[in-house]
Amino acid sequence: MTSAPDTSSDVAQAATDSSHGVLPDTVAHAAATPDTALPFAELGLKPDEYERIVALLGRRPTAAELAMYSVMWSEHCSYKSSKVHLRQFGDKTTEEMRKHLLVGIGENAGVVDIGDGWAVTFKVESHNHPSFVEPYQGAATGVGGIVRDIISMGARPVAVMDQLRFGAVDHPDTARVVHGVVAGVGGYGNSLGLPNIGGELVFDSAYQGNPLVNALCVGVLRHEDIHLANASGVGNKVVLFGARTGGDGIGGASILASETFEDGVPSKRPSVQVGDPFMEKVLIECCLELYAARVVEGIQDLGAAGISCATSELASNGEGGMHVDLENVLLRDPSLTAGEILMSESQERMMAVVTPAKLEEFLAITARWDVETAVIGEVTGTGRLTIDHHGHRIVDVDPRTVAHEGPVYDRPYARPAWMDGLQADTVSGPEGAARYPRPASGQELRETLLRLVASPNLASKSWVTDQYDRFVQGNTAMAQPDDGGVIRVDEESGLGVALATDANGRYAKLDPYLGAQLALAEAYRNVATVGARPLAVTDCLNFGSPEDPDSMWQLVRAIEGLADACAELGVPVTGGNVSLYNGTGEPGTIDSSIHPTPVVGVLGVLDDVARATPSGWRVPGQAIYLLGTTRGELDGSAWADVVHNQLGGLPPRVDLANERTLAAILVNASRDGLVDAAHDLSEGGLAQGLVEACLRYGTGARVWLDELCARDEITPFEALFAVPRTEEVRFVDMCTARGVAHQRIGVTDDTTDADHHDASGAAAGPALEVQDLFTLGLDELAQAHRDTLPRLFA
Amino acid sequence: MTAVAPEATGSTTLQGARVGVITFPGTLDDRDAARAVRLAGGTAVPLWHADADLHEVDAVVLPGGFSYGDYLRAGAISRFAPVMGELVEAAQGGLPVLGICNGFQVLTEAHLLPGSMIKNDHRTFLCREQVLVVENAETAWTRDYNQGERITIPLKNQDGQYVADEHTLDELEGEGRVVFRYEGWNPNGSRRDIAGITNAAGNVVGLMPHPEHAVEVGFGPDGEAGPRTGTDGLRFFSSVLTTLLG
Repeated sequence: MTSAPDTSSDVAQAATDSSHGVLPDTVAHAAATPDTALPFAELGLKPDEYERIVALLGRRPTAAELAMYSVMWSEHCSYKSSKVHLRQFGDKTTEEMRKHLLVGIGENAGVVDIGDGWAVTFKVESHNHPSFVEPYQGAATGVGGIVRDIISMGARPVAVMDQLRFGAVDHPDTARVVHGVVAGVGGYGNSLGLPNIGGELVFDSAYQGNPLVNALCVGVLRHEDIHLANASGVGNKVVLFGARTGGDGIGGASILASETFEDGVPSKRPSVQVGDPFMEKVLIECCLELYAARVVEGIQDLGAAGISCATSELASNGEGGMHVDLENVLLRDPSLTAGEILMSESQERMMAVVTPAKLEEFLAITARWDVETAVIGEVTGTGRLTIDHHGHRIVDVDPRTVAHEGPVYDRPYARPAWMDGLQADTVSGPEGAARYPRPASGQELRETLLRLVASPNLASKSWVTDQYDRFVQGNTAMAQPDDGGVIRVDEESGLGVALATDANGRYAKLDPYLGAQLALAEAYRNVATVGARPLAVTDCLNFGSPEDPDSMWQLVRAIEGLADACAELGVPVTGGNVSLYNGTGEPGTIDSSIHPTPVVGVLGVLDDVARATPSGWRVPGQAIYLLGTTRGELDGSAWADVVHNQLGGLPPRVDLANERTLAAILVNASRDGLVDAAHDLSEGGLAQGLVEACLRYGTGARVWLDELCARDEITPFEALFAVPRTEEVRFVDMCTARGVAHQRIGVTDDTTDADHHDASGAAAGPALEVQDLFTLGLDELAQAHRDTLPRLFA
Repeated sequence: MTAVAPEATGSTTLQGARVGVITFPGTLDDRDAARAVRLAGGTAVPLWHADADLHEVDAVVLPGGFSYGDYLRAGAISRFAPVMGELVEAAQGGLPVLGICNGFQVLTEAHLLPGSMIKNDHRTFLCREQVLVVENAETAWTRDYNQGERITIPLKNQDGQYVADEHTLDELEGEGRVVFRYEGWNPNGSRRDIAGITNAAGNVVGLMPHPEHAVEVGFGPDGEAGPRTGTDGLRFFSSVLTTLLG
């Protein structure tokens, strides 16, 4: 397959091709031919960026150098539009917040100390654009890429999660993307032996034509096993191992990840990489054996921008320079030009720095795993990255200018003109109630609840998650549909971690600052709900075009909101990813881009995963408490979406101080055995929370707070409890002492009440009864909840 | 150093029972299988696909995964691994061998068990907590179960539809060699709801579901005692230890 972007310039073609007897575009040749035009625009570079490269080099770049700069200076690799704002994550992180951080932002992934000499590394990353073009491979290689980031830190990957956003369920193209993405996430992750412990699944027409496929991986290592991506020690060997380099994914980083799809632009389909999970599984085990043998000085995975990225980052992070002989790269396609070899994004490759003394041992281990390995260069003391191809010097650059000193833009941004109108269209309060009718009678509430429970975004996700292996490795203590995924780290002590991710694009659209904070608050609460102490954050910021001041404003506000909230909750951002240019609409309009979607992942630690609190109740007769206060906040709610197809108003208030207190109560209550179940209330509000807690183990409930049901909606910090009655007083005391509002709203109940009847009139099984309003049999609820996704997609 | 007949190991203590776990490239559940052997009280011995030596183990587990990516046909390449030569010989001599999921596929490719696995009838990967009926509680790997008992262990595969010709199926049923059947809904279209089978001697057992994922409270399927308390898989491993100890 051919995959280069359309570099039709004869000069570039001929210049990079030394195999056809044409003189390669060497450094000397470039110096001697200053006026030669290069296709920088086709490679995604702006004229001023090209001028900057010329200034840095003091001559025009060679074709190979241009290939490197173009991919490394792309939005995807350089963060050129977001960098000035992302600094806040570091600037707002205090020393106190850093105390558990072993490796912070800037490496392949952050590393967090969880105690007893154990560390955990985790990161969430996007693969959005490739997943629209080729859903299966896009999603598969998205998983593969984030897993390699985790391996390259020296860790064994132990779990994955996926955060998915698709277009409307009834759009003709949605099923294609859903099937491909879900099969891709599953096909790759399952084949790696990584349990999938949770994620998100959202359908919204805002993502039509621009789905979001984010993937998170978490890995475990001992403190002393941390590896970093740097090339040091003159004379050390640079080794490329794993899959061979082919023509897939060329220019993907510069073009595919950075521009929108427009009619009339040549198809970029071949730019999507193709994954081989078998190779990656072998690579995981091979790398772990290399680490155990202590034969790796520095290591970097090959992802976006392939060899260009790995060589320049390793060299830039190291002390000296690096020299590479490019003809030593093992090729799948011998016709690749030097520029293509440098840009190729072939998957399942790693680059390591190895001392000459340990090279033999290194090669013996890769041979044992049948992993092809080539020594392609060595660390030098020149401070330059030089690359030769068949003896011709085609690259001679300062690696820092490629990897770390690319362009930085402080792009103009402004609050969109349409924000006022959007925020004015509220469904809350008397004004909203007048315009958007609400269910009033018990029967109407019952029907509304059933409709919400069966709506695609609130329906059971098991059609998707049953396609993922959650058991492999034998350490999964909790997975979807519980509030967080929980993985055991230490088999002796039970020490482990909980992970949850969240993003509500509807809230972020209404207010990106609050939307980002709400995402953090919910992920933080989810982790605390299972009983884990929140420790650290990773984020994947999915936004529209940075060249559109509206989208840029959303990005800036979301970063500010997230950084402020992290500081207030005391959890640092350890790493993440920014995905821009997500949008297909007309700039300046309200629909120009996707809902701003700041996916936030929170990692927490549990001293013993056996104590993790499940999300559903099993034992009848337990008291149900609602923690937190419920306000009449309906803007951005699932109810407004499902019933009125409406988005407007202001998102729920965020009270981070209260979130912190609530988390402390949840963690302590779990540790002291005061709660048997806890479930976070968010989308769909109390009603959805009750339904999910009932359906988890098929135990019903009687609830008697009709005023809460009438207000049935989201509050930012409410959680739901089933407390053994004997512990009631202690539990209540704890809430009272900490000033957290709490109210007993019901009791768990699995009696088959003769008053409940199914459609045929027979006495039904356990039910959810909201006293004086309605009763819903769990069978009916379960059917409504579980049938939706299979009906749409199976 | 090959097959260890039950009577030969009568004096072995529990920990002295050495159960080999083979790792092929792409094997995923090898560490899980080794943990299951340990939890049952035995000693797990890692075996490497390229090492044509069983290292005097008393039994062997071929764990699940996607050996060689399942790119040709599940188990079709692993069947030619150097370790398989001695394994086939030992199994024919009575060595207890258990193939789980991909391991089951390898055993059918190696002709230690009849039939074959094709893609699930619904064509997707499926992970679920699966109820099985124990139909033969007399094999080396099932003697700690009761005939007709219902157990719940995880099922997770893409190519789990067991197929064989009618004659073979009749023979398997006639000789009591169907060891497990799926209870209720058949999750992959397997012929006659077959989830696992044995050879005529009862020392080689293969099944698609995963007993090694239901051996430890807190990390298995839901059970009577609460979420993730199911440990119905543990008795596979205690069974073989019982077998080895005579």
